Amino acid sequence: MSRRAETLLALAGAALVVGLAYAVPWLRFVLTIALAKGLAVLGILLLLRAGQVSFGHALYLALAAYAVAFGTAVVPEALLLVPAAGLLAGLVGLVIGLFVVRYREIFFGMLNLALSMVFYSVLEKFYAITHGADGIRLGPVTFLGLPLAGETAEWTVLGLALVLVLGFGALVRVALASPWGEALAGIKTRETRLDFMGVSPRRVLLIAYVASAVMAGCGGALIALTTRHVTPALAYWTTSGELVFIAILGGAGSVLGPFLGAAAYELTRVYAAALVANAWQAVLGIVLLCVIVFAPGGLWGLIARRRRAA
Amino acid sequence: MKDCDATRMSLTRRAALGTIGVGGLALSGRLAQAQGAKPQEIKVGIATYLSGPASVFGVPGRQTAEMLFDEINAAGGIAGIKVRPIFVDEGPGVDHVVGEYRRLVQNEGVHLVFAAISSADCLACAPLADELKRPTLLWDCGTQRIFEDNRYSYAFRTQANATPEILAALLYLLKVKPDFKSIAVINQDYAWGRDSWDIFRTALNTLKPGVKVAAELFPRFGATDFSTEVTRVLALRPDVVLSTSWGGDLDALIRQSSDRKLFERATFVMPLAESSLQRVGKALPAGHIVGARGDHWFLHPSPADPERLKRFTESYRSRFNAYPIYPCFHMAQAVSAMKAGIEKAVAAKGGGWPTDAELAAAFKGLEFPSPTASVRIREDGQGLENQLIGTTLHSDRYPFPVLTDMVVFPAESVTTPVGQKSADWLKTLSPEMVAKLPQALAFR
Repeated sequence: MSRRAETLLALAGAALVVGLAYAVPWLRFVLTIALAKGLAVLGILLLLRAGQVSFGHALYLALAAYAVAFGTAVVPEALLLVPAAGLLAGLVGLVIGLFVVRYREIFFGMLNLALSMVFYSVLEKFYAITHGADGIRLGPVTFLGLPLAGETAEWTVLGLALVLVLGFGALVRVALASPWGEALAGIKTRETRLDFMGVSPRRVLLIAYVASAVMAGCGGALIALTTRHVTPALAYWTTSGELVFIAILGGAGSVLGPFLGAAAYELTRVYAAALVANAWQAVLGIVLLCVIVFAPGGLWGLIARRRRAA
Repeated sequence: MKDCDATRMSLTRRAALGTIGVGGLALSGRLAQAQGAKPQEIKVGIATYLSGPASVFGVPGRQTAEMLFDEINAAGGIAGIKVRPIFVDEGPGVDHVVGEYRRLVQNEGVHLVFAAISSADCLACAPLADELKRPTLLWDCGTQRIFEDNRYSYAFRTQANATPEILAALLYLLKVKPDFKSIAVINQDYAWGRDSWDIFRTALNTLKPGVKVAAELFPRFGATDFSTEVTRVLALRPDVVLSTSWGGDLDALIRQSSDRKLFERATFVMPLAESSLQRVGKALPAGHIVGARGDHWFLHPSPADPERLKRFTESYRSRFNAYPIYPCFHMAQAVSAMKAGIEKAVAAKGGGWPTDAELAAAFKGLEFPSPTASVRIREDGQGLENQLIGTTLHSDRYPFPVLTDMVVFPAESVTTPVGQKSADWLKTLSPEMVAKLPQALAFR
């Protein structure tokens, strides 16, 4: 799809989010969470381009969320907390990335999973600091020096999420079309060719890994600012699984896929939970099965196919 | 103003649903009610575990709510208005529950929320109650941090908290087995397991210093195999074994300890085991100390209103084929508090329907009946609930152990006073309080 069409779709999507958030107040929270998760999935999309699936990106989500939660005691400014949390996630991603980019496929996925579970255990075990499963509550947060509370806070965080989503989305779109983006896809098709061309696949993957960690970190920071209460469940493997689930649901064909997937996932979940409180998991599972069977390219694939047909 | 919001919401929500393409899933919802206007029905959002390991508490809680809401409606409702529960699942975690809380308030327009079983959910929902200004009853969660670290005007707890629940078990142990020298602990490795051991140990060091802690074992939450722990405790031979575990973890620990005769070597103290008795049956031998997070026991030795307890037990049993366990009683307390609170607020308004703020204010200082006694909500929002601890006994009349030598601790004697933190207050206890404990009452 052309760049212009995608830009228009992205802007239309953003307008739709704002419209929905205005019309249906309770969806504001759900949509902010969806955008935050979509941001983390955007990072996973980069890795998917290289044919690698990480089952442990919840690590960066939770790391940044806890960084924000602890950070509010020191600096309450959201505009400093979010970049700081993203940066921290990126740094940790760099250190871990140096190890994990040596591995591929199931080994890559499992190593990431193991490391995120280590972090989960740290959060549970350092009980005196983290309050374990009870989690910790964020202190008061400010935005440009003004205290964030009530409805203003919801709009501000949603706005912040939209800015980050559009910014990172554009960046990833440009990066994927660059030689580096082509090299990333080269890892999936035939890695040896990259070596022959004098491109280091490890370095290419490392850049993608660090970028994905930063994006997951920004997503985690947004989640913390939205829920204002963080628990170790954010680092649990089911959260990582959820991110991969969203990536499959949305489709890896475009940078819009993750956000489409995240919105569909969160909305399906809340509506399913509202309709059948004790069987919403089944609804979610059936939706994913249908997507896998009838739309292997994800929700984005459906849209792209229709456009091609037209 | 509210009415304008209402029309806007009703129109746009339909539009919104259509846009998302889930129009078929349209939710039944009430328009945001003008403050002070009498509602058609009283909607109550109830957060409980419908999935995951804690559904051993969540599902009985839901069943009790359904039963009691039916009973209230059969009797004409509260202040002449019917009540309707809307359940939400705590299973997926805090961010889901926080989202659901907002949905309940902003979309369903519930008048009250009962939240929640998980302490993390309560910690997240209590500030939300103040933010969205919706009266919220914390119906089952344990952590004492909520009202010790913060003050809320819209959140109230209709039951005790971890401090009295654990302290009562310790006082009982000191009364019936005063000369024990060593203790081992086997708790689940998560916040509750750690917190409860902290409370127990702090109080033990104050009331009986010098007890040797033989082992502190924290098996994984959800563990099914306790052979390592049982072997360790068998080798260390402590006089007492404490376990605040619950659910499948506790059932497995009891069965495996029973198979390996650990119950013959040490006295177990299990402050939550009342909820496991019907599942483990007589695998749990006689002579061990069991609590129920409050004065919850269907054979309570001295209920305030024996008819009420009997009616509650019988209707639960006939409908769900089990004896009520503590979450059932906790739910009954929340429902009773709701009824008493609304009636108080309506009476204060001379029969008119109260605003959210007036309804919330009614809960402060409210005293309401529970199936076994009564509970008073203190000025800080914490409920004062008696505690019952007993010793297991095998009786031919029941296929599971029952309690004997039951001590009912008056709430004030074991609850941290207003404005104090449990960790500090527990250090000021004096050993004389053991001598002043009420008389133990035998199983009849």
